[in-house]
Amino acid sequence: MTTPADVGIPSGREDRGGRLGPTRHRPLEVLFHGVLLASLVIGVVFLATLLIYVIARGWARLDSRLWENFNSIRRPERAGAQAAIFGTIWVMALTALICLPVGILAAIHMEEYADKTKWWNRAIELNLQNLAAVPSIVYGILGLGILARQFGLGTSIITAAITLSLLVLPVVVVASREAIRAVPNTIRDGSLALGATKWQTIWKQILPASIPGIATGSILALSRAIGEAAPLLLLGAVTFVAFNPDSLTSAYTVLPIQIYDWIRQSREEFQVLAAAAIVILLAILLAMNSLAIYIRNRYQKRW
Amino acid sequence: MTVTAQKASTASGAPRGSLRRSRPRYGERAIQAILLLAALVSIGTTVGIVYSLIPPTVEFFQRISFSEFFTGTNWAPLFEPPTYGVLPLLAGTLVITAIAVAVAIPLGLLAAIYLSEYAQPGVRKVLKPMLEILAGIPTVVYGFFALAFVTPLLRGVWPGDGPAIFNGLAAGIVMGVMIIPTVASLSEDAMSAVPQSLRDGAYALGSTRMLVSLRVVVPAALSGIVAAFVLGISRAIGETMIVTIAAGISPTIGWNPLQAMSTMTAFIAQAGSGDIPVQSFDYKTVFAVAALLFAITFVMNALSIRLVRKYREVYE
Repeated sequence: MTTPADVGIPSGREDRGGRLGPTRHRPLEVLFHGVLLASLVIGVVFLATLLIYVIARGWARLDSRLWENFNSIRRPERAGAQAAIFGTIWVMALTALICLPVGILAAIHMEEYADKTKWWNRAIELNLQNLAAVPSIVYGILGLGILARQFGLGTSIITAAITLSLLVLPVVVVASREAIRAVPNTIRDGSLALGATKWQTIWKQILPASIPGIATGSILALSRAIGEAAPLLLLGAVTFVAFNPDSLTSAYTVLPIQIYDWIRQSREEFQVLAAAAIVILLAILLAMNSLAIYIRNRYQKRW
Repeated sequence: MTVTAQKASTASGAPRGSLRRSRPRYGERAIQAILLLAALVSIGTTVGIVYSLIPPTVEFFQRISFSEFFTGTNWAPLFEPPTYGVLPLLAGTLVITAIAVAVAIPLGLLAAIYLSEYAQPGVRKVLKPMLEILAGIPTVVYGFFALAFVTPLLRGVWPGDGPAIFNGLAAGIVMGVMIIPTVASLSEDAMSAVPQSLRDGAYALGSTRMLVSLRVVVPAALSGIVAAFVLGISRAIGETMIVTIAAGISPTIGWNPLQAMSTMTAFIAQAGSGDIPVQSFDYKTVFAVAALLFAITFVMNALSIRLVRKYREVYE
């Protein structure tokens, strides 16, 4: 047992002078507060160092060559990431098209229809929680073994998009469920009382009211997909690509994979190039996150 | 009112006064089926993962015995002659995870205590998004930072023989920072679920804020905090890009984090990123290691989910 004195509690009442506030300095309390704050500051300092380092390192190559040129192994001074930028846009658009409808519909099922006493609905819920923590490289295995090989989609853009969709699906579902749950029951009851069917209520009342929350969560999910590299390593994205994708089945590369490829090159120019591409990637992510925060603050209703 | 209601029910042929559905609404039912189908996609994903892992893994173990796989101390499946002892990969994963956890658990927990018990709303509003940004940075960026910044920094300040160019230490430290947000936000959730009455009671007995945090809130939220730890460990085990970029390759068991070390994920990424033919044994090897990784993280996630449920049951 620790005695009160050990932890800085005043042991006697004589020095309190009738007031209720603390009268003594408690060094341990102050120290503890300091340690707590320091632990957070370490994270913030790390983040700041990372950002400053990447920008400083990549500054020299942060120009139009980066998005106007294609990759070049022999001439790093002319190498660019256009194929990767276009590849990222393609993969993201497809991922959004696949994972948003599926995720939102699944969320509607789980929030509005699912009978929690049925074992399959509990299984869906448990399964989703588990999927959220499955390592991303395992999704690459799924994409390789099932989509690319069994379904014969090969290592193409559509395989990558489906794989990433499945990867971020739990994020979309969780965010959408929270948004749907936040709509108060009075709105449901009001709509049903006026004779609307359940689906009419959902489509005309619940969904419009929950769109800001869903949009915010969806953007965050997509920004996770944009930065994801590990599963795509297994799905053929690492090959040298010097053209923009033009169809669902074309070969592709994306920004994180292009960055990984440059990091592995031994020449210094490629390290600078990698840092410059990282700045672009982070800028895209920052833009998406700002948009998400803007939507949340601008449109979200407080019921 | 009554008249219209009666009219409506007679018109649809339902018994007078009944509040039950008067018509079978096929459209509604079709929509319900579509929604269920969308929800089942997640089940399909899990089934797909297991289905893609099992056949190649079974074929792998038809040729390589369990004892060779789990007790062999040399992992060099892509060399001649190939050896298939998975222990070096497990050791590498263990060492790097231990370093990451040593960074993430104290920092994450303390940050959570600060955010939940100490921070003024204004401070909280600034600091919490900062942590969330840490969680949103792509892992390939962390990998680059570990290799290009942290390793040279460590080599510079290390007395004597410092870390190698590729080493487990830098990868582990950076990975630790990466999972701070996971640990912090889940722990904070658990702490905010602790009823205010418990805190008030402790304050009324004369406790200081530190005592309330450490003796009341943390113990009361313990199952949630442990769940956060377990999930953080699971994320460290499954993290791929940082180790692939910064930790290097080592075919033998190495406990020294200053040297290069392989993890399960790094092996899958390196061996799987080439275009390996389906019939080849290398392909099966990749899937066998992935099956082991999936099994380990699955057990940890299940444990974490159980623990979270426990604290929810108590307080919510």
